Amino acid sequence: MLALDNVHTYYGKSHILHGVSIEVQPGEVVGLLGRNGVGKSTTLKTVMGVVRPSEGGVVFEGRQIGGMAPHHLAHLGIAWVPEDRRIFRLLTVMENLRTGLERPGVTEAKRKELLDKVYVSFPVLAERRAQAGGTLSGGEQQMLAIARAMMLEPKIILLDEPTEGLMPRMVGQISQIIRTLHEEGVAILLVEQNVPLTLEASSRVYIMEKGVVRHHAPAADLRANHAIIHQYLGI
Amino acid sequence: MAIGFEQILIQTVNGIVNGMILALVASGLTLIFGIMDVVNFAHGDLVMLGGFVGAVTIASTGNFWLALLVAAVVIAVFGAVLQATTLRPLIGRDPLQTILATFGISLVLQKYAIWQWGPSARRIQEPLSGNFAFFYLQYPWYRILTALLATAIIGALYLFLRYGKYGIWIRATTQDRVMAQAMGIPVPLVHTAVFAIGAGMAAASGVLFGPLGGVTQNIGLDFTLRAFIVVVVGGMGNLGGSILASIFISLLEAYAALIVSPAQAVIVSFVALILTLLFRPTGLFVPTPK
Repeated sequence: MLALDNVHTYYGKSHILHGVSIEVQPGEVVGLLGRNGVGKSTTLKTVMGVVRPSEGGVVFEGRQIGGMAPHHLAHLGIAWVPEDRRIFRLLTVMENLRTGLERPGVTEAKRKELLDKVYVSFPVLAERRAQAGGTLSGGEQQMLAIARAMMLEPKIILLDEPTEGLMPRMVGQISQIIRTLHEEGVAILLVEQNVPLTLEASSRVYIMEKGVVRHHAPAADLRANHAIIHQYLGI
Repeated sequence: MAIGFEQILIQTVNGIVNGMILALVASGLTLIFGIMDVVNFAHGDLVMLGGFVGAVTIASTGNFWLALLVAAVVIAVFGAVLQATTLRPLIGRDPLQTILATFGISLVLQKYAIWQWGPSARRIQEPLSGNFAFFYLQYPWYRILTALLATAIIGALYLFLRYGKYGIWIRATTQDRVMAQAMGIPVPLVHTAVFAIGAGMAAASGVLFGPLGGVTQNIGLDFTLRAFIVVVVGGMGNLGGSILASIFISLLEAYAALIVSPAQAVIVSFVALILTLLFRPTGLFVPTPK
């Protein structure tokens, strides 16, 4: 469904991705592990069209998408939940959600269905729907960021460190929503520092180091063999 | 010398009327700056072009309201074309490049206006002539009407931004261009649309101002400068701040005109600009940044 083939990405003159190849099948949850600064977030940004790959191909459902504008990619079914959440702080919770609903083909019934779904998953968002996004707590903002992505009815969600800085209770809620999305058939490319959560949620895991994929294995193998995790992540 | 209570009251009304026209110009400027980080130095020239288009329309139809509408629509379309051809390729570049580009546009528009309409001032016939007695003055009703119309247009803009689908697009894009685009909002189109809205509002100000000051090819610079002052004083990109600052600055100038000559009174707005930049560079009418 999504395939990166030997992708190179630069920020100005600094070479961040040195030929990354990753594949995600429809409905699959794939983990992307690695230390800070190895290019995990840049990989997601490259898929989302936020940064342009200078070399290599990004293919989504058989179509070359490398260099396409993010708003076209959103309409193709790719949603991005960035690391820093990037809530529209001055927009209310409801308006944040509406940014993903004002697109062609969303009927009134569809709208209600999508909103009801996130309000069931995240009841706190229903309570705070009229509140400005910037006034929410970190965990609530994370939920809003995920809920906002769900408004696009994506085929794949690029989820960047969703549990970073969250209380354990919130972490449980995030892993629950990942499960729910998976059951609904949404593919997820999950970037995380939380290794146990990633190994539990994903079917396969890629481990990155210095802008390349160093290791690729089924999550079950890594759960059984902790030495590899230790070797690349030092934990 | 003693300043009478009537004089203060008259200058208050004058300040508010001038402030509302200025607010109409400045809200377009601040909207454009907020969303694409472009200081449009040709903004005042869009006011001027709007004034001429209005004057020409009135000359052929005699209808002020039609002229207001035609000028706003024509200049909005013109603004969209201008943005798409000249500014879109420059977005995200060094601000100096967009400043130079809009400054260039400003010069071209002025030269075009003098070539097309000549150097003499065109006066637009006001739709409402009468006066009313205001202390020792016969105060023109049209000035009051101007302030009300400007308020109505700004109010409509506010409602559009607050509740409309495209209003949410514009506010989301203003806050985070990249995230807005990742949510499927066609950001380049939003930029063009906002420039068109700002240009249309500038043109409407030009027509409203026409009966008061006349339209010449060189009124643009003055509007740009004054709008720029209030946008800085109000907080760059902050719509509410710009509107408050327009009234604030115009009132300051109006009161200063009680003491010094109106030409000298302009100085107080520059003083306000400098003091704002020195002591509160984020703007007077924005919450203190955390």
